[in-house]
Amino acid sequence: MIEFRSVTKTYPDGTVAVADFDLVVPPHRTTVLVGSSGSGKTTLLRMINRMVEPTSGTIEIDGTSVLDRDPVQLRRSIGYVLQNGGLLPHQRVIDNVTTVLRLTGTPKRAARERALEVLDVVGLDRSLAERYPSQLSGGQQQRVGVARALAADPNILLMDEPFGAVDPIVRAELQTETLRLQQELNKTVVFVTHDVDEAFLLGDQVVILQEGAHVAQIGSPSEIIENPASEFVASFIGVERGTRALHTKRTDRGTVLVDTAGRTQGVLVEGTA
Amino acid sequence: MTWVLDNLDLIGRLTVEHLRQSALPILLGLLVSVPAGWLAFRFRLTRGLLLTAVGLLYTIPSLALFALLPPLLGISFLSEVNLIIALTVYAVAIMTRFVADALGSVEPSVRQSAVAVGYGPWRRFWQVDLPLAGPVVLAGLRVTAVSTISLATVGILIGIDNLGYLFTNGYQRQIVAEVLAGVVAVVAVALLVDLLLVLVGRLLMPWTRRRAAT
Amino acid sequence: MNLFADAIAWIFSPDRATGALPLSEAIGTHLAFTAVAVLLAALLAVPAGWVIGHTGRGREFAVALSGAARAVPSFGLVLLLVLLLGVTHKVAASTTAFVLLAVPPILAGAYTGVEAVDRRVVDGARSVGMTPGQVLRKVEVPLGLPLLIGGLRSATLQVVATVTLAGYVGSWGLGFYIVQGIQLRDFSQILGAALVIVVLAVVLDLLFALLERAVVPRGVSARRAEQSDPARRRRRREVATSAT
Ligand SMILES: Nc1ncnc2c1ncn2[C@@H]1O[C@H](COP(=O)(O)OP(=O)(O)OP(=O)(O)O)[C@@H](O)[C@H]1O
Ligand SMILES: [Mg+2]
Repeated sequence: MIEFRSVTKTYPDGTVAVADFDLVVPPHRTTVLVGSSGSGKTTLLRMINRMVEPTSGTIEIDGTSVLDRDPVQLRRSIGYVLQNGGLLPHQRVIDNVTTVLRLTGTPKRAARERALEVLDVVGLDRSLAERYPSQLSGGQQQRVGVARALAADPNILLMDEPFGAVDPIVRAELQTETLRLQQELNKTVVFVTHDVDEAFLLGDQVVILQEGAHVAQIGSPSEIIENPASEFVASFIGVERGTRALHTKRTDRGTVLVDTAGRTQGVLVEGTA
Repeated sequence: MTWVLDNLDLIGRLTVEHLRQSALPILLGLLVSVPAGWLAFRFRLTRGLLLTAVGLLYTIPSLALFALLPPLLGISFLSEVNLIIALTVYAVAIMTRFVADALGSVEPSVRQSAVAVGYGPWRRFWQVDLPLAGPVVLAGLRVTAVSTISLATVGILIGIDNLGYLFTNGYQRQIVAEVLAGVVAVVAVALLVDLLLVLVGRLLMPWTRRRAAT
Repeated sequence: MNLFADAIAWIFSPDRATGALPLSEAIGTHLAFTAVAVLLAALLAVPAGWVIGHTGRGREFAVALSGAARAVPSFGLVLLLVLLLGVTHKVAASTTAFVLLAVPPILAGAYTGVEAVDRRVVDGARSVGMTPGQVLRKVEVPLGLPLLIGGLRSATLQVVATVTLAGYVGSWGLGFYIVQGIQLRDFSQILGAALVIVVLAVVLDLLFALLERAVVPRGVSARRAEQSDPARRRRRREVATSAT
C-alpha cells in the first residue's frame, strides 16, 4: 500500500505542482492518475521513488516513509516505466533488462536467464535480446521498458504515460497486454495517463486530477462515469459526448445504442452484467 | 609596470598595426566562407570536399603554413602578405564550417514556407536563410576574430611587427613586464573586438536580442 | 617546384641523422612534449569536466575559460612562462605553457560530452537505481566519449603547433629547424621542417579522427537523428575550435 499524506511539491522556480495531496493506493490493484498536461501527475509518480523530493508531507510504502529509505535502494525496489523508455542506447536489450539485477549483485548468468523470461512475459521475442534499442520499433522499445521495470520482480510498478508515444493500434495492443500482465502478476501499479479511455480501461481505481494535483474525483471507472462529482469531471471524461453519451433507438431487430453523432455503437443486450 | 608606462606609444603603435593586419583576414574570411559554407551546405559532393579541405588546413601549425605558402604562391617568406594570407586561410577554415552548420540549422519548415510564399532561390538565401543563420555565423565570426588576433602575433617570427614584437623583444631583453604587456594587450584587443562583434550582431539581428547567447 | 624538391632532399639527407639535432630526435622530442602535455592536461581537465558536466556546477566558468583561452597568444604564453620560471627551467616552463593551452579544449570536450547525453537517458538510469557515480561511469562517460576525444584532438593539434613555436626558446623539436632556418636564410631547411610538421599534425589528427569514430558506442552509431541534431553539432563545434 502506498499512502500520500498532505504532500506538497513546489519547484525551485515557484511552480506549485502538487498542493496538499492525499491518496491511498491499494495493493495489488491498478491506480490510474489521469489529468490534463501539467496537472502534476508525473511529479506525484516520481515522488514515490524519490526521483522528486516532496516539499512537505509524507509518502509511505507499507507504513514506512520513503524519506527514511535510501533513494538508490528504493528505486531498485520499484519498477518504473518512463514515457519514452529511457533505455540506455549503448546497451543491448538484454543488458538494459538486466540493469537492476546486475546493480543488486545478481550473477550475470542468472540475471540473463531471468531477463529472457521477462522478455517472454512482456511478449518480446527472445531473438531481439541482442539488439540495441535504436534497432527496435517504438512499441518494442516500450515493452523493453516494461521488461526492465519487471526484471527484479518489484512489488510496485510505476508507469508514466508508457504508451503516449506509440500509434493508436500498437497502443491498444499494449493496453491489452498490460491488462493481461496485471492479471498474471498482481502488482501494485500506479499508472499515469492523460487519456481518459486508457484510464477507464486499465484502472481499478481512477484519480482525476486538476491543476496542482487537486483531486477532482476518485473512484472505480463505473462510479465515475455513472456519477461524475462535478461539471469539470463530467466534461473531462466526456459524458455528454461521443461514445459515452449513448441513447437507445428501437429497430426491428431490437434496441441499439447510438452516440451523439448519430452513429450506432452497439446492441443493447438485456439482462447481463 | 614602469616599462609599460614608458612605452605606451610603442604599445599603441603596435596595437594599431596588429588591428590592421588582423582586420583584413577576418573580413576576407567572412567573404570567402559565405559562398564556401553555402556550397558545403548545399551539395553532398562539395560538402565532403570542402569540409575535408578546411579540416586539413586547420590542422597545419601556423609556423609551418608560413613556410608552405611562399613556394606555392610565389610570395616572399618574410613578408606581411605571407602573414595575411596565412591568417586568411585559418579564418576561412574556421568560418566555412560555421556557415555550413549555420545554414543547416535553419528549420527546413521555415525554408519550405519561404519557397511556398514565392521567394526565388537568390532572394530566399539573402532574406531568409542567411538572416536566420545569422546567430551561428556571428558565433563563428567571433571565434575567427579572436583566433586571428591571437595568432597574428606569430608574425613576429617572420619579421612582421605587431604586438608579437613585445614577446620576442621582451624575451631577448629579459623584461617580464614587456612580454606580459604583450599578452595582456592581445587578450584585451581580442576581447574588445569580440564585444564589438556582439554589439554589431545585436544591431543587425534585433530579433535575437532577448535570447540567450549562442 | 624545385623548392619542394630541395626541401624533400633536406629531409632525406644523411646529415639529418647526425649533427646537433638529428631529425629523429626532433620528431621524438616534439611528440614527447605533445604527449606529456596532453596527458597532464587530461589528468587535470577530464575529471573536472566530467564533474562539471554531471553536476552542471561551474559550467559558466568552464565556458568563459575556453572562450578566454582562445584569446591568449600561445607564443607569448610560452615566452612569458620561460621568463617567469627562469631560462634554466625552459623545459618545465614550456611544458607548463603547453598544459595550460591544452586544458580548455579537453575540459570543454569532457563537459560537453557528458552534457550532451540525452537527459531522458540519464533520467532512466537514475530511475532504475544507479548511484550518481554509476550514472557517470556507466552512462555519461561512455556516451560522452566521442566529444571528449574531439577535445583531446583539438588539444593535441594546439600543442603540436605550440611546440613548434617553442623552437624559438630552445634547440628542440621541429620548430627549431624553422627558427634556425630563418636566421640562416636556409629555405630548404624551413620548408623541409614545415613539411615534416604538417605530416606529423595530419597523421595525429587522422588517428584522433579514427579514434573518435571508434569510441562511438554501438547502438548509438545506428541512430541517424542524433547526428543531425543541431544542438549536438553546435557542441561538436564548440569543442573543435581554437587557434593553432
Ligand atoms: N523540474 C521542474 N521545475 C519546475 N517546474 C516543473 C518541473 N517539473 C515539472 N514542473 C511543473 O510542474 C507542473 C506539473 O508538472 P508535471 O510534469 O508533474 O505534470 P504532468 O501532469 O505530468 O504533465 P504532462 O501530462 O504534460 O506530463 C507543471 O506546471 C510543470 O511545468
Ligand atoms: Mg508527465
